[in-house]
Amino acid sequence: MDPNDQIRGVLAEHARLPVDASALADCADLYQAGMTSHASVNVMLALEDGFDIEFPDHMLKRSVFESIASIEAAIVELLAVEAA
Amino acid sequence: MPVRVGIDLVSVKRVEESVRTHGSHYLERIYTTRELGDCRTAAGVDSSRLAARFAAKEATLKVLRPQPDQSVPWHTIEVRRHGAGWVDLELSGEAASLAHEAGLSGLALSLSHEEGMASAVVVGDLSSRQPQL
Repeated sequence: MDPNDQIRGVLAEHARLPVDASALADCADLYQAGMTSHASVNVMLALEDGFDIEFPDHMLKRSVFESIASIEAAIVELLAVEAA
Repeated sequence: MPVRVGIDLVSVKRVEESVRTHGSHYLERIYTTRELGDCRTAAGVDSSRLAARFAAKEATLKVLRPQPDQSVPWHTIEVRRHGAGWVDLELSGEAASLAHEAGLSGLALSLSHEEGMASAVVVGDLSSRQPQL
């Protein structure tokens, strides 16, 4: 599955957004869209399970989880490190 | 006295769902060993206590005011329960650095949970901060 679609699937299931995750722009602010801090934890854990990755401590910051684009960039970075 | 105040409210039901969905992945990623010990009862891990501790971590972040690109791992903010039932905060790593940079000389914490919601209030003491020149 395309990573962007997979991220949207995780958001739809775990972010508890009041809007359709599939319709969000890649750069839309997820916190502004209604994602709470606790929901962002569930998103992070589901992404770790789904992509078989672990977000290191230095990535545990608001800017990483604030949009689909920023999440995708972080995941691409982590997958590249694992593949190297 | 100059202070910073942070407050947060967390649904106990949402925490129960996280424990059910993610199990130890959720518990160990967010809470320290000491916190998990404080939340254990004969019936298992008490979600209302977990929710109060998550609220405390978020309320502390509101006092520390990290920038969006500053990471503050959850384990660097620890709620410590004392024998008589009162609690306080122990900061380490990035959280402790932010407190130091802000000139916070002490943090006070209060927790509460009722009717499916848990809340936390954190007050940070800025009275010993050096004046900005």
